[in-house]
Amino acid sequence: MAITYTSGEQVEVYRFSIPATVLIPLAAVFLQAFIPLRFPFFVIFDLPLLVTIGFATARRNPLAGLLTGGLIGIMQDALTHQPIGLYGISKTVVGFGASSLGIKLDVENAGARFLITIFFFAVHEVVYFLIARGLVGLRMAWSWPHELLSGIANAVLGVLVFMLLDRVKQRT
Amino acid sequence: MESVLGRYRNLIVLVGVLFAQVVGLAVQVKRTTPSEPTRLIRIWAIGAVTPLERALVWAQTSTGDVWHNYFYLRGVRAENRALKAQIERMSLERVRISQDADQARRLQALLGFKEQFISQTMAAQVIGGSGSELSRSVFIDKGSRDGLKPDMAVITADGIVGKVLHVYRSTSEVLLINDQSSGVGAILDQTRLQGILNGTPAGELVLGRVMSDETVPPGEMVLTSGGDSIFPKGLPIGKVAKITPGSDLFLNIHVRPAADLSRLEEVLVVTKIDERQAQPEQVGGARAIDILAARLPSVPSKPENTEKSASSGSSATPGSVAAKTPTTGVAANGTPATGTSSTGTPKTAHPAMPGADAQSNPKATPPHAGNGAPAARNAPNAKSTAGDSPGLTSSSRAGASTPSPKPVNPPVDPKPQPDSPDTPH
Repeated sequence: MAITYTSGEQVEVYRFSIPATVLIPLAAVFLQAFIPLRFPFFVIFDLPLLVTIGFATARRNPLAGLLTGGLIGIMQDALTHQPIGLYGISKTVVGFGASSLGIKLDVENAGARFLITIFFFAVHEVVYFLIARGLVGLRMAWSWPHELLSGIANAVLGVLVFMLLDRVKQRT
Repeated sequence: MESVLGRYRNLIVLVGVLFAQVVGLAVQVKRTTPSEPTRLIRIWAIGAVTPLERALVWAQTSTGDVWHNYFYLRGVRAENRALKAQIERMSLERVRISQDADQARRLQALLGFKEQFISQTMAAQVIGGSGSELSRSVFIDKGSRDGLKPDMAVITADGIVGKVLHVYRSTSEVLLINDQSSGVGAILDQTRLQGILNGTPAGELVLGRVMSDETVPPGEMVLTSGGDSIFPKGLPIGKVAKITPGSDLFLNIHVRPAADLSRLEEVLVVTKIDERQAQPEQVGGARAIDILAARLPSVPSKPENTEKSASSGSSATPGSVAAKTPTTGVAANGTPATGTSSTGTPKTAHPAMPGADAQSNPKATPPHAGNGAPAARNAPNAKSTAGDSPGLTSSSRAGASTPSPKPVNPPVDPKPQPDSPDTPH
């Protein structure tokens, strides 16, 4: 498996244009809200999470990663009727973690991206679960098979999303 | 100090951002009502996303309309024939139902009952959702400028969908009934057990607060009870799917929703619910008592009395039925007889109805309509039957009536017509 330790000098750092930085997360949130109406099974995916991980691992900047994750999460929260901050906190943690990991690991190949997506999907779900249950008091049901299936499905889709993001990222 | 801040800058920012969000979350949780600061963020997000959704839905609908209305017309002729046949069947059914409704109104008036009915709805298109498994809500393309307000009921032809949660200018958020924060007052159609229907985190519907010693058959229809002051009474919610033991002494009744909540396209928002008391002028007290008499279980009369009254023919007043049957019925139920007689005296009970019924529509009131339903049972409905659809009542009403012994029937028709094949023998 091609997760290789890479020195800070060896890793490539990318950036995204302003239109891409604004429109891609917006499109992800939009599609996440729209597609499940036509294809209910799509609700197991979390496109905004995949975009958060993709941006964070490409930029390799923890500050940018956590802010991007936080903003995407808050926007996602705004479309639900739950208190704003549940997705915000979860994606802030994921954005920070993914960008920090991106500094240390080479995440340019599909295998590494697959594993990273599964890992951060699990982190996201755990953080969300803890906050929703502990802080907000929501009734939450945790199902291991469901989470595992969702994690794999998101990882597969994540590999495709990262390939699309590769087309719009620019080398610094 | 500066070196420490520089070294841990990322972590410090992370902790700061997380802390700010946690505080914001705690403030929202502590508040009981939604307020403006968070609403602004929601307005921005919804303002950014819903125009795209609206445009896409419009494009999709337009394309579909063009295809279905101008090109894809295969099978339309056969479908038209089937629909016409269905209309005929439904017209007959409508007559029966209107009779039931008339009867119900008369009974409601007797009880001083206030009925609720949907007087105004607004069609709306579902344009988006929350995109989260833990927030089961959808957005519709109608908002405050269309007159929508929070807590309005949202339904489809199949059953209820949810209620309006937040209203924006041109869109509204609808909380679905299978969301875990949703609650609907519900009643089981046959057993008349009431409970509260809640959503679960998995998106299922569970009817709670039904005692575990009750028997609930799977497949039974679940309706709104009207107790939540949002949904009018009697709207379909779904069917009982399975029953499991719940906490304490209650059952968990899993309900399969009647409306497909995962594939909503068009919905109706109930914008006006009227509540009115049944009009007393629609009700003859005597007629209502007659209905009650037919509904209540009765005790067979003595044969000799019946024969006597039958032989006397027109001397048997219709009031005698109204007097006899309620009294026995009331006695059978253990209710004091004075309660019944105070509602209307037997003498004033439908002096004209049976006769009018027999003249205008002789076939409408056979004394033993298939299953021994008394003519008195049919008499109150004969007025509307004669006008709407002759010949329908006897068979259709008979299914819902309480069987009653034959000897009670003769006095109902004070003017027996010898030529009529339906004259009671």
